[in-house]
Amino acid sequence: MKKVGVCLAAALGFSLMAASANASELLAKPELLASNCFNCHGYNGASAGVIDELDSLPARRIAKKLNDFKSGSKPSTIMGRIAKGYNDAEIAALAKYFGSMGSK
Amino acid sequence: MAGAAGASAAALPLIGCGEKPKVVVIGGGFGGATAAKYVKWFDPGIDVTMIEPNKQFTTCPFSNLYLGGIRSFDSITHGFEAMANKHGVNVVHDMVTAVDAAGKTVTTKGGAKIKYDRLIVSPGIDFRYELTPGYDAEAAEMVPHAWKAGPQTKLLRAQLEDMRDGGLFVLAPPPNPFRCPPGPYERASMIAHYLKTNKPKSKLLILDAKDKFSKFGLFREGWKKHYSDIIEWVPASKDGKVREVDAKNKVAITEFEKHKADVLNFIPAQKAGKIAFAAGLTNQTGWCPVNFQTWESTIHKDIHVIGDAAIATKMPKSGNAANTQAKVCAAAVVDMIRGRDPGTPTTSNTCYSLITPNYGISVTAVYRQTDKGYMGVAGAGGLSPMGEGPKFRALEAKYARGWYANIAADIWG
Repeated sequence: MKKVGVCLAAALGFSLMAASANASELLAKPELLASNCFNCHGYNGASAGVIDELDSLPARRIAKKLNDFKSGSKPSTIMGRIAKGYNDAEIAALAKYFGSMGSK
Repeated sequence: MAGAAGASAAALPLIGCGEKPKVVVIGGGFGGATAAKYVKWFDPGIDVTMIEPNKQFTTCPFSNLYLGGIRSFDSITHGFEAMANKHGVNVVHDMVTAVDAAGKTVTTKGGAKIKYDRLIVSPGIDFRYELTPGYDAEAAEMVPHAWKAGPQTKLLRAQLEDMRDGGLFVLAPPPNPFRCPPGPYERASMIAHYLKTNKPKSKLLILDAKDKFSKFGLFREGWKKHYSDIIEWVPASKDGKVREVDAKNKVAITEFEKHKADVLNFIPAQKAGKIAFAAGLTNQTGWCPVNFQTWESTIHKDIHVIGDAAIATKMPKSGNAANTQAKVCAAAVVDMIRGRDPGTPTTSNTCYSLITPNYGISVTAVYRQTDKGYMGVAGAGGLSPMGEGPKFRALEAKYARGWYANIAADIWG
């Protein structure tokens, strides 16, 4: 799991040298958004237990879960309240980010 | 916005020198340690030095569980070894005594002068002792505040253990704004749990400087269910505000009454940590104004302030808030050093409190920068519902423990 983070960060570092400012900026955003989830779900999405890990699910399942929490069709204690704060683009970015971890 | 303008100018000469850009972080708590680790996470090519006086950090979150006797002190204490060995952060155990914003240098007690390109300051809180006659650092050795975790927490626990059955524990929460808004009330809950289990004839009197508090309905619902014979809460409007402390005799003095306690836990009014004042980062409120896009100080350029010391509008002063602010700040610091415009990010805060070992409550919010400040997204977040049964409350208590394990690993792991 940690490897993924380091690789992504390293990839980002390289891209900064090569790519234009705008492209680099776009790259930085999904992982910042995703890092917001780590405080409850574990560093790089690898949970110590109790709360679900996020690093082993395909993107479409992450997106479905978040959307179901958001609509209320999936009951929860807290995720319904949190998911309502994220828009479609953010949910898609989170799903893609964590989904790519799971496939590795 | 304000921060972005300076970014591109700062970046070029650094890269030109062939030297790594340097970020210095003051403080190894929830904000500082997260920021240090995440600057490296976002960009391993930046040199990060974190300066923290203590070799270990004891967290305020979950210190109430230690006070209640359901958690060990070791389990809430974390070292910095992983930050140094696994994440490449240069950890320096020293105390920053001065910041030269113009010369971009910090000076430590040990005599070191350390240069930075960007400085991240996460100094936590200090106490406004001048507001309460009879209460100062010396009095705190008799009447602990235990609002910075460590020896103070152990002292309060020892006093609680020594207390006779049938004794009176007086807890005096501070006025707003302060570190961890639900904290004093979780503490009351955990102390009450201990008393109910071990010293059932005892009472807990809360003398409050306020008329309302965080998770108000949820705490009062839980207290009614579990501690109706133990906890009495006195709001400021009913003479709850402690105006003076007689530390030697453990007496809390309000406008009309003197409350003699067996154990007195007075939590003073607060302000930003000392180094924030020394560095000139505070305004007239005693806290630090910042730009919410980058957490850069609006007073000093190239210095960012995060955590309890920062003025974050609606975002509470909490360890979890400091953690998410630190990530946004770290990403912005990297962007600015590399000459990119930081975006406008989203952060969140999640805060659990325990009322009994198996009865949890929560509040959460997702925050965005707005023209009115840093605000929760409308329609999202909020409190966990009232009137829920034991199953729901047990789940929240379980998730509280899951949160602690994961955030501790996210920061110090």
